[in-house]
Amino acid sequence: MSAISVSGLTKRYGDLVAVNGATFEVPLGTICGFVGPNGSGKTTTIRVLLSLIEPTSGSGQILDEPISHPERYLSKVGAMIEGPAFYPALSGAENLKVLATLGGYSHDRVPELIDLVGLSGRGGDKYKTYSLGMKQRLGIAAALLPNPKLLILDEPTNGLDPAGIQEIRDLLSNLAKQGVTVFVSSHLLSEIEMISEYLVMLSKGEVIFFGKTIDLLHRSRPIIVARPASASDLIKLKNLVDAAGHPAVIDGDLLRVYAGEDWSADLNRLAFENNILLRQLTPVRPNLEETFFEMTEEN
Amino acid sequence: MGAVIAVTALIVSLLFLLIDSDTGNAERGMRITREVLALSSGITIGFSNSAGLLGLVALCVFAAQTAQEYTYGTLRNLLVREPRRIRLLVGKYLSMSIFALISVIISAITSVALAFALSGTAKVETAAWQTAQARMDLLETFGNVLISTIGYGTIGMVLGLILRSPISSISIGVGWLLVVESIVSIAWRPSADWMPGSLLGVVAAGGSPLGVAESLTYTEALIRVSTLLLVAALASGLTFRRRDVAS
Repeated sequence: MSAISVSGLTKRYGDLVAVNGATFEVPLGTICGFVGPNGSGKTTTIRVLLSLIEPTSGSGQILDEPISHPERYLSKVGAMIEGPAFYPALSGAENLKVLATLGGYSHDRVPELIDLVGLSGRGGDKYKTYSLGMKQRLGIAAALLPNPKLLILDEPTNGLDPAGIQEIRDLLSNLAKQGVTVFVSSHLLSEIEMISEYLVMLSKGEVIFFGKTIDLLHRSRPIIVARPASASDLIKLKNLVDAAGHPAVIDGDLLRVYAGEDWSADLNRLAFENNILLRQLTPVRPNLEETFFEMTEEN
Repeated sequence: MGAVIAVTALIVSLLFLLIDSDTGNAERGMRITREVLALSSGITIGFSNSAGLLGLVALCVFAAQTAQEYTYGTLRNLLVREPRRIRLLVGKYLSMSIFALISVIISAITSVALAFALSGTAKVETAAWQTAQARMDLLETFGNVLISTIGYGTIGMVLGLILRSPISSISIGVGWLLVVESIVSIAWRPSADWMPGSLLGVVAAGGSPLGVAESLTYTEALIRVSTLLLVAALASGLTFRRRDVAS
């Protein structure tokens, strides 16, 4: 059983195709990152999964239940979409109690969740007095109310300071260890790379990748960064590398060579044989951010 | 609730304090005399006269409570917890109707208390107010005002669902009821027999208020306004059920 399984999901608004034939799966018990440029259809996809909007075509299943019957699965799903939204005149705790009452959950969980997300001592204050980071934390607490099997979070670290981001990262990792599937959309690709075993990547409404994060990173072209001791040798070195059959790009005072790590020794010898002294020779595997830009620009 | 008390107190006070005024002490410059007020039903007149403004308070509350779910963005949280939209809507309507009930109770208490308090100043006999018939009249008026208030509230909720903005739904609702209906009914008299505000006024008064739609009975008004509101509620409910929640 997958936590999320989507096939041919499409959502049109007139002539605008927000999501176009999206197909992906998210295994149970994993942290799956959901990434894409602004306007790529991430939030629309999440809204379809939560039955807030109806798809134009396609199908999907959440925890083995069809998305056309949200009443069958939403009691096991926690979500925060497009930022926190609560009643300003009620306190944080009162807002959670409203949702707990609606969902049929015990109010006993509310103080525990307030503490878990780092709002101890502020649960009784009105929501309108909260900072952005505090509002975000309350949103996460609300998502955790049903003790969910699947947690869907849209930009959960928005407005949080670095310490807060780390807290949320640790929280999500702990939840995954407890068997909760986490489906998290974020612009902080470095954070996604750190915590996500799986990835779904959207661009212009289409899924351009879904699978293990490590598989995506291995797809990217490895690079060797070479910096000659003398800047005047840069072009000479580039010409040598081009002649050896490896594409290279000058980036400031260094040369980025698209070649595997095992060619580092050959590059070093090539430079030496041509009286070019190298100050730096570093094999670099592109990170998620670089891979993301590469793939979305291609698309 | 402050608005409810204020509105009721204002109407009842004017009824008694302007009893000898040449410009009248009720709507449209009508005069309600001491003799009429001294009847067993006299204790209910201030209360039923407050129904219109009470209804507007209810319209504003229902409209705001409905539309604000869109402006705050809280609707998406509610729908994740309760995806059966009609059930959510019915629950919301019932809770706001309970608010309406409490408002009408407070208004009734305020109007009766103030009526007794001002009866001395206005030199109105209150012996008939303490009879069983007076209690029956009060109960009947209570029921009518409650129906009218919930009716106004329903209009507010329908507008809130369709317009999804508290400001728009309140201003259009109040504008229609206070301004448009008056203008249209002046220009074309028979229209008052079909306008929701006019019909709710007849229901609140227990029958045709003096000078308005003399031919309309209580039952006719109740059936017509119930039908209008039911159709509007069904249409807006179905729209809510099918509409994408994109905010």
